[in-house]
Amino acid sequence: MVPSFLYGFLGGCLIGLGSLLGLIATGKIPGISGVFGRLFRPKPGDSWWRVIFLLGLIAGAAAAFQFSEHAAIFRIPPGRSLLIFAVAGLLVGFGTRLGGGCTSGHGVCGMGMGARDSLVATMIFMAAGFVTVAAFRILL
Amino acid sequence: MKTRALVLLAGALFGVGLAISGMTDPTRVVGFLDLSGAWDPTLAFVMGGALLVFGSGYFLLRKRFSLPAASSGPISGKLVVGAMIFGAGWGLGGFCPGPALADLGRLSIEALVFVTTMAAGIIVAQRVFRADR
Repeated sequence: MVPSFLYGFLGGCLIGLGSLLGLIATGKIPGISGVFGRLFRPKPGDSWWRVIFLLGLIAGAAAAFQFSEHAAIFRIPPGRSLLIFAVAGLLVGFGTRLGGGCTSGHGVCGMGMGARDSLVATMIFMAAGFVTVAAFRILL
Repeated sequence: MKTRALVLLAGALFGVGLAISGMTDPTRVVGFLDLSGAWDPTLAFVMGGALLVFGSGYFLLRKRFSLPAASSGPISGKLVVGAMIFGAGWGLGGFCPGPALADLGRLSIEALVFVTTMAAGIIVAQRVFRADR
């Protein structure tokens, strides 16, 4: 039985490798909110790699869900209805584009490159996440 | 052609990594953000592994592949407010953009709803608040 933190570390290394390879291949920082978000604000010749990267991401995950029992685990957190997911998606889409990045763009790529604003953004969204989960637990 | 294959491989590595890491399970993400009760530290190991590989790779290879320099802008109000709103949504659903997209690969209705409204939120930020210029 492999403990979940080792799966986390191994998966994290693969996320880092995929991000690094994406950066080398395209010269663009492959934060997911930006890769996806800029499909809605297209510039000529800039959409093809985003589509290919995201198709690879979905296909890679789909394969892992099939082949790994650990990856196959999917549990809805307590009290999260579809309406909650709809509101959460709206906030995540809006917030990541206003703030210029998400867990991968700021948290992995930006911090990994030594960008100060990414460190600040990561600390803020982490803190907001902790506060929100605590508040949701109280209101639930 | 070679670039396309590399981009596909990069995306696939990212997707396999997300799935293996457990971050495509929203309860595990919420378990990290929930400090009451049994705290789940997995997310910290995911970030650690990703930062280790990406960060060391970036600094070793940036000259050889003329990778872009870190472009830290000022800590603007948009950055602060945006990160707060993102964090709130992240805690609410247990999804950030990567895992939500990855969970489309198992036809999760929650991921489908989340990604749809995420697109709407992105479009509002871009069109109304002029983000992503």
